[in-house]
Amino acid sequence: MSTTRRQFLKIAGLAAFGLGTSTALDAATADAKDMEGAKYDVGGKHLAAKRWAMVIDTRKLESREDFERIIHACHSIHNVPSIPTKQEIKWIWTDKYDHVFTDDMSQHLSPAVREKDYLLLCNHCENPPCVRVCPTKATFKRADGIVVMDYHRCIGCRFCMAGCPYGARSFNFGDPRPYLKDVNPAFPTRMRGVVEKCTFCSERLEVGLLPACVEASNGAILFGDLDDPNSPVRKALAENFSIRRKPSIGTQPGVYYIV
Amino acid sequence: MIEKVLKGSPAFYIWLLFLGGIASLGVFAYIFQLKYGLTITGMSRDVSWGLYISQFTYFVGVAASAVMLVLPAYFHHYKKFKKMIILGEFMAISAVLMCMLFIVTDMGQPQRMLNVILHPTPNSIMFYDMMVLMGYLFINALVGWVTLEAERHDVEPPKWIKFFIYLSVVWAFSIHTVTAFLYAGLPGRHYWLTAIMAARFLSSAFASGPAILLLLVIALRRLTGFDPGREAIQTLTKIITYAMAINVFFFLLEVFTAFYSGMPGHQHPLTFLFVGHDGHASWVVGWMWTAAVLAILSLCLLIPPQFRDNERVLPWALGILVIASWIDKGLGLLIGGFTPNPFETVTIYTPTFPEILVTVGVYAIGLMVLSVLWKIALDVKKEAGTF
Repeated sequence: MSTTRRQFLKIAGLAAFGLGTSTALDAATADAKDMEGAKYDVGGKHLAAKRWAMVIDTRKLESREDFERIIHACHSIHNVPSIPTKQEIKWIWTDKYDHVFTDDMSQHLSPAVREKDYLLLCNHCENPPCVRVCPTKATFKRADGIVVMDYHRCIGCRFCMAGCPYGARSFNFGDPRPYLKDVNPAFPTRMRGVVEKCTFCSERLEVGLLPACVEASNGAILFGDLDDPNSPVRKALAENFSIRRKPSIGTQPGVYYIV
Repeated sequence: MIEKVLKGSPAFYIWLLFLGGIASLGVFAYIFQLKYGLTITGMSRDVSWGLYISQFTYFVGVAASAVMLVLPAYFHHYKKFKKMIILGEFMAISAVLMCMLFIVTDMGQPQRMLNVILHPTPNSIMFYDMMVLMGYLFINALVGWVTLEAERHDVEPPKWIKFFIYLSVVWAFSIHTVTAFLYAGLPGRHYWLTAIMAARFLSSAFASGPAILLLLVIALRRLTGFDPGREAIQTLTKIITYAMAINVFFFLLEVFTAFYSGMPGHQHPLTFLFVGHDGHASWVVGWMWTAAVLAILSLCLLIPPQFRDNERVLPWALGILVIASWIDKGLGLLIGGFTPNPFETVTIYTPTFPEILVTVGVYAIGLMVLSVLWKIALDVKKEAGTF
């Protein structure tokens, strides 16, 4: 095999180029390694978990005031408007047993249980259908199990609302701002045309606070790490009989009810 | 070939002007929607999709139906369809355009629609739906244009186009299957959670799409004298008849499964649609019964050959079939999926006037595109002597 001068020059040139780039790559990876140590500082107060979950002790929630206090705490902090039509927005609300637990457990439930109000909110599912169907990743599941929304990426196709088996999502059919009495400047308001829902107060966890509903519940709602056997939620689940909404559809909700 | 649009009879331009007028009413209503949001529609938190998405679904079927001409013509060398095939392909183009318009009108933030491409999400069926629809539009435009150009020059179409023609057959099935998957993969919606959804979609599409095509072709014959041939019409009618029979059969399978199993979740949407649920009967009850009666009536008019081959009865039979399939898929499918809602309660959906106006506007735009494309096709055929 004879090598011409031209071919030799070609190969030599390529080799020199390769050597040059590999040195540059080495330098770049070294830079990246340095960066790993400098993580974004969240203030050191933030609450972390492997899998956030909620336990609602329905026995401790009796009066209408209990519910109103909890709902108001959430809706006022998150600038959830009160729209008096079928195009309403709600993050946390109440309904009767038959509508919350639609797989009727017993035909002859105690009237006290059947007639009671139950809190509803996003279940932050382990297998969230809303995340599966979203065409833009505007709704996504975080590593700690919380399902959140990016209001700036959402195109308003409402596929997530068709996908959610729990009716947890609301759509801003119109501009929500005229329906807000007092705006909390610490949390963004939304614009029309995007979907929204409960965030498990991810913004409060960042600064070391428990979710607003938990705080307002006087101990009726527990919040903690489902992966930690010593967390308040795991302890409550170990000691009490609990149920979840629509268990047969495989979503693995993160909200448990002690009935 | 586009120059053919510039030379037409006054009647053609009056027709376009008329459609343009209706379309501008739709655009006017849509401007209001852009300003105030989807609050001007009858949709709600519980029924979060409405007329727009249901029309999108229906017209994906119409688009896919071109395959009922292409498949016999190219897979089985059924020459009688060759004359009409371009009309089917061009109808597919206008139907896909309407689908896209219906999706855009349904979006809360239409200016962000490129997010679907900027942040591609392969786990979302919507992502595939966008791809197959774009692909189908491209394939039909390419195949339609190249074959028509060949016809104009009185030559055989180039060999490479065969690949795209065969591809269009597979692709047609894919667009409607993927559209069915939008619905059939959602765990909490009883009416949609059925493995037969894609099969139902295809059967109803292959009945209603060719029926719309044939109705338009019959109108075209009266207006321009273009005759696709008696045998072509009769063969296509047979295809429509089989597809409609299968469509009705599939629907009855759903009814059997729901009611023999006795599972409340599966029964409730059907009872809501036909008699009302939990004390709530909506306006849709009357429509659903109309659809049921018309579906059976259309089969009674299409199955016996003496009616089917009677060209006076045929347009009526086809019209009845289109109305029945439109109510079933363009209304009932969507409303039944959202009612009862995830709380097993009933929220009634009624489209509003602006919503209907936008919908009719999109129809008008689709019909305008179809008129222009068909004019080109017919003028080329006239010139080439294949009219």
